[in-house]
This record gives sequence, structure tokens and C-alpha cells, in this order.
Amino acid sequence: MPVKVLVPTALQKFTNDRATLECSANNIGELLDSLEQSCPGIKGRLCDEKGEPRRFLNFYVNSEDIRFLDGTQTSLQDGDEVSIVPAVAGG
Amino acid sequence: MTQAIATQTKTAATFKSLKCKECGSEYEPKATHVCELCFGPLEVAYDYDTIRRTVTRETIQAGPNSIWRYRAFLPVETDNPIDVGTGMTPLVRANRLARRLGLKKLYIKNDAVNMPTLSFKDRVVSVALTRAKELGFSTVSCASTGNLANSTAAIAAHAGLECCVFIPADLEAGKILGTLIYGPTVMAVQGNYDQVNRLCCEVANTHGWGFVNINLRPYYSEGSKTLGYEVAEQLGWELPDHIVAPLASGSLFTKIYKGFREFIEVGLVPEKDVRFSGAQAEGCSPIAQAFREGRDFVKPVKPSTIAKSLAIGNPADGIYALEVARKTGGNIESVTDAEIVEAIKLLAETEGIFTETAGGTTVAVLKKLVEAGKIDPDETTVVYITGNGLKTQEAIQGYIGEPLTIEPKLESFERALERAQTLDRLEWQQVLV
Repeated sequence: MPVKVLVPTALQKFTNDRATLECSANNIGELLDSLEQSCPGIKGRLCDEKGEPRRFLNFYVNSEDIRFLDGTQTSLQDGDEVSIVPAVAGG
Repeated sequence: MTQAIATQTKTAATFKSLKCKECGSEYEPKATHVCELCFGPLEVAYDYDTIRRTVTRETIQAGPNSIWRYRAFLPVETDNPIDVGTGMTPLVRANRLARRLGLKKLYIKNDAVNMPTLSFKDRVVSVALTRAKELGFSTVSCASTGNLANSTAAIAAHAGLECCVFIPADLEAGKILGTLIYGPTVMAVQGNYDQVNRLCCEVANTHGWGFVNINLRPYYSEGSKTLGYEVAEQLGWELPDHIVAPLASGSLFTKIYKGFREFIEVGLVPEKDVRFSGAQAEGCSPIAQAFREGRDFVKPVKPSTIAKSLAIGNPADGIYALEVARKTGGNIESVTDAEIVEAIKLLAETEGIFTETAGGTTVAVLKKLVEAGKIDPDETTVVYITGNGLKTQEAIQGYIGEPLTIEPKLESFERALERAQTLDRLEWQQVLV
């Protein structure tokens, strides 16, 4: 089911400079795999060696941080918006 | 040759690159703040050999009476930075507060009277906007809990830069008014600070503006080091034993540490271990919780506290603040809103300093740490007061009494005075009980 993904500038070299992508996934974990298929190499940047999202990246599903939801198991519905934002900002 | 040197408007920059704090990758010193490889924060890297050769206590003392006396330690190239008199705020020996708490040598670094907008943010903004001009930005912006918006708007006005600031819509009236007066565009976002911050990250990607605490963050955050340098200089070129500072993103805390280490590194002060303790409000204490639980990661929270200037639920430098507190033998504590209000009053009544909620948080944590035996009475302790109480009047409304309204007659005055003294006596009796 199509989900909209907002990609930060630093990763747009993997997406042909596109800031938004569409992809199909039932949860964040699947979304990461699906992104890797359409943009090879991107998962290695989004996740650390253990396959967990990097600690300096925030993932939001419809504006809610996945750490307040179910982490990589957070389920996705048709039309959801997933935003990937570098964590180091503000203050 | 001599002439050419004399007419130069730039002395050699003491910084060359930005370096990832996590993986060490280096980047050109442009408007960028995260590592492209691991998304870690970028930090300015300096050439300390050059600084050691060219900077002495005397050259610093001969400089301007502002943060720019430490220009060699700040990431700008120009010899004419934006200088609106920021910094060199008083370091006050706080004997009455010390006695009340049971300490012997307590100092307050009073940025409640920093210029031009009465908070420590003027330090970081002076640096960020100087760098923004060097990098060619004509519009500057920020995601703010209030003080930063005040400062960015004011200093942008002085520098002739366009300004658009983003704040949570529920800020204190004083902080909104204190931004609007300078004529920027103010976006009051219906959400908390973390949501404002996230929105700004997305705007920063698309609008080509200089966001002081996003794409200019490596330069901006360096401005906080001056809070370390000034204390060292004001203590007679010595470092204190212990500092207590507020924690929002954690940046200020880690940069005071960096400032002290740099002064040691270039030989301006003798080597010394300084303990670093941090203060949070219980309603937004992700770093204090991680400290308490012995975690090395910070779990974001949803803030609910009167200390709105510290209400960052997802602190960017949280893990680094944890690291600094742990390796220096300090602590990170949190206090309730009621304790914050009491501490604002305590500081005002003992030292004549009216601070905002962030300062109340810091003083309340100081008190808590002393009571728990976590600050030795013999330690030279410096408490950082970072903002001014006139900006957060809502927080103390109803807790500070009312004026005695009287008729313009001697008899009316005498009656009111008698009543006031009786009330005072009753209050004392309650304290004794």
C-alpha cells in the first residue's frame, strides 16, 4: 500500500534528488527494505550495523515519532506520511 | 608587505573545517550541520597551535568588552563581527544564597542581563549571524522556545538581515512581544517545540535560509563557549570546581565544557577537573531520566512544565551532556514546577537577581544537589543563570504577594505597615515551626 516518504537532503543522492518517494510497506521495517530496493545503498545510511535506525535520525509517521509508537514495528496504513529527519537540530 | 598586513580586514581564520563528532568525517565550513555518512553532529575544528602562538591573557584583555575578545576561539573570519555588546556579564559572588544553602564559595554568572535581549542566546546568535553574513545569507531564521526568537530578531534587525522565526504558539506573552517588536515574521506553530523544530528542519531544506540552530548550528553553538571563557577570566584565570547549568538541548552544557578544555589546551588556565551538573524540569527531563537510569541514550518525552525555555523533549545534544556529567563526576537532576517557582523567589530575595523559569530550575537543582551532599560546601561553584524573569511573568503570578494599596494619608500607611509586619512575624513563626 502506498506510503509517502520525505527524504532529507543528505540522502537525496540515493533518490535522484527527489525529496519525496512513494513506497509500499506494512511497517517501518518493511519500509526500510522497500526503500533499499528502489534506492540501493540507502538502508546502510538509514540504519546502523545492527539494522536499527541510526540514533541521529528521527522517523515520524504522520508527525508522531516512532519511538512513541512501536519503533520499527510501527504499522503503516495507506496514505500515511513517513518523514525522516536528522535529529541534530534546535536548542 | 608590512602595509599589506596593516590594511587587511581579516586575520587568518583559526578554524578550517567542520568535523563529525561521531565518525570524524571532515567537511568544508559551509552552512551544514549533520554528517552525510552517519548523521552525527558537525563541530568546528580549530588550529590550536595557531591560537596558542597568538593569543595570551593580555591580548584577550586588550580586546572588546564583549564575547569578541575571544574571537580566535570563535568560527568567524571577519575582523568586524556583529558586536552589540553581547557577553562579559557579571560574575556575582553570591554570599547570601550561599549561606542559605550551606555553601562557602558560590558565584552566579548572570546572563539575565546579557545584551541585547537578556538571555545567553545573544552569545550564540551574535556568532551565528556574523557567520550567516559571511556565508552570504540574507534571511535568517530559527526554531525557538522564546529567548532565541528574541535574540535572532533583535540582532538581525541590527545587522539588516531579513528574519523569520518559528515558536510554539503557547509561549509566554513577554517572549512573543519581545520578538514582534523587532519586526520579523513570526510563525506561531500549533505544537510543541519538538514539532516546531521538525518543521524548521523541513523548511531549512527548501528555502535557503540561514537557520541559526539548524544549518548554522555548528557555528551558533560555539557561542556558548564564551560562558566558559568569561567565568575563567573573571575568576582570575582559574577554573571553578563545579558548575551547574540548565539543560534543554544539552548544547550549552557541552560547550561550556569545551570552552574550559580549550583554555587549558592553549595554556590560558592551569589544568583542572571541573565537575559539571545539569538541571532539568521534571515535566521535561529526558536527560535526567537517562542519567538516573544509567542509560547512554535519551528517550524523547512530551514536555509539560512551566520551564518552557527548557521544554525540549528530544534534545539534540542529550547524549553528549550525559557523557560530560558522567566523566566529570557531576550529576543531572530534575525539579518540580513548584520547586522552580520557589527557587526563582529564593534567588531574587537573596541576591537581587530576577531570573526566568530556566534559572529557577537551575537554582532549584543547585539546592537539591547541596541537600543531597552532591556538592561539597568547599567547592568553588558557579551557577549559570541564562535568562531574565521579566519574560516569564506568568510563571510566578499569584506566588509573590500583592502591593499594599493605601490612601495618600500617613494614618493609612501606618496601619498597612503594622499589618505587613504582623504578617511577616507570622511567616517567621511558621518557618520556625
